[in-house]
Amino acid sequence: MEYIVLLFSEIYKILYVLIPVLVSVAMIVWLDRRIWAFVQKRRGPNVVGPFGLFQTLADALKYIFKEIIIPASSNKIIFILAPIVTMTLALIAWAVIPFSEDYVLADINVGILYIFAISSLGVYGIIMGGWASNSKYPFLGSIRSAAQMVSYEVSIGVIIINVLLCVGSLNLKDIVLAQEKIWFVIPLFPMFVIFFISSLAETNRPPFDLPEAEAELVAGYQTEYSGMMYAMFWLGEYANILLMCALGSILFLGGWLAPMDIPLFDIVPPPVWLILKILFLFVLFALIKAIVPRYRYDQLMRLGWKVFLPFSLIWVVLTSGYLLYFDLLPVY
Amino acid sequence: MLAHAIFFYFFSFIAIVSAIMVTVSKNTVHSVFFLILDFISISCLFIMIGAEFLGMIMLIVYVGAVAVLFLFVVMMLNVAQQKNQWFKSSETSTHIPVGLIVSLIIFFELIIVIGGWKYKPDIIKNFSDSLISNSTNTHTIGSVLYTEYIHLFQISGMILLVAMIGAIVLTFRKREGVKRQNYFSQISREKNQGVELVEVKSNEGVKIDV
Repeated sequence: MEYIVLLFSEIYKILYVLIPVLVSVAMIVWLDRRIWAFVQKRRGPNVVGPFGLFQTLADALKYIFKEIIIPASSNKIIFILAPIVTMTLALIAWAVIPFSEDYVLADINVGILYIFAISSLGVYGIIMGGWASNSKYPFLGSIRSAAQMVSYEVSIGVIIINVLLCVGSLNLKDIVLAQEKIWFVIPLFPMFVIFFISSLAETNRPPFDLPEAEAELVAGYQTEYSGMMYAMFWLGEYANILLMCALGSILFLGGWLAPMDIPLFDIVPPPVWLILKILFLFVLFALIKAIVPRYRYDQLMRLGWKVFLPFSLIWVVLTSGYLLYFDLLPVY
Repeated sequence: MLAHAIFFYFFSFIAIVSAIMVTVSKNTVHSVFFLILDFISISCLFIMIGAEFLGMIMLIVYVGAVAVLFLFVVMMLNVAQQKNQWFKSSETSTHIPVGLIVSLIIFFELIIVIGGWKYKPDIIKNFSDSLISNSTNTHTIGSVLYTEYIHLFQISGMILLVAMIGAIVLTFRKREGVKRQNYFSQISREKNQGVELVEVKSNEGVKIDV
């Protein structure tokens, strides 16, 4: 009996996080298209609902009623599994994101490692989809994407080490609480810039959207997908983008903390601050999509391995040297 | 405790079944996917015994990086057909005794380790004296790894570095006649270096050398 009560209370807590995330994914797709349109002096989706807010819901309905076509020569089990893996991995990482001091689903000691591990598993959805389609464009797209994600993960890992040196704990709550005096974006500003660009590459966003570069690869790994399976890839991608924005705001922008310790800011509940920071980062993502042209593939690899990785490694040495010299190392 | 036992048997069942499937399944790509499933369930077992740092590192290193490279190699080389031939020719080929010897050695090593725990429990006690404290296991690993075992840690890092350099040397080859982009010279190019005014005579044209 107590197991059942526990089970249902856990399910309730999970839904309490999951449903806002899913709804905000739908809203964020709309926002992305709107910003893209405004930069290009178009209107964007503005017909369905007020300001076109329900456009994504209409799209999702359309996808649900479309026929799912599975290519005859594909590997059927893996073909169906791929979008499920992408979607699941994009959603389970939200379990450890702290929205405020006591609004977090799983407060685990190795929270940041968990997120890092889950985002490194995200490659599999794409590789599986590309390989199982048994077609040239998806395969090339998935190989590109896997190489890209593995390369940029390395620099993201080193950047995370920079932050962890200043915090002394792998718990996401401790990371936010360590920024009470100053947000890490100020002392570690170059790392914030590199983290932002790497997260663009990690989520396959423009200007690094080479896996789905339509001029060369049709739609990359999604070429053979249709209907709801395509929509799941798409939702997973946007949930991942949102997750990277959340991670950036937790690591560098002080998570749920208010910008200044003024009583006026205490009126606003902490989760709202986190949401505002996520939105700020997402608007940057969307603006970059609209204004920056696509990279060439060798330039992308050069940027990841020859620029970002050495630079962030040198910054690790700098940070640890500074902390050691001024005796600021957080020791527990 | 009941839930703990259920989860333990669940994960170990998946681990063993997928380990068997790695060797049994005929498609090599499927083998790699089963290997990934095996890694994931093993890391779940690590987390269950309270070694959450090891479990997460296992996920990041093995599943996030090593298995991706496995998949790459298997997909690019198209080993899927070759493996079937190996299955057919297994009666004549010599790889079965070699495999048996390797697995026997690993088996006896495991017996030595586990027997050591069983018959000399004070061996582990020497290790674990410094480990027992109130801090989390991430802190404990960090505090032991960089103080007591720093030499072993550095030596293993050196071995990895040598392996990495070796792999780069093996695959690196200099090719003639490859045009490479030089960003510095590209950006620092001036107008007088790039543009030239040539007077073209009629009926003769002009020769442009590239």
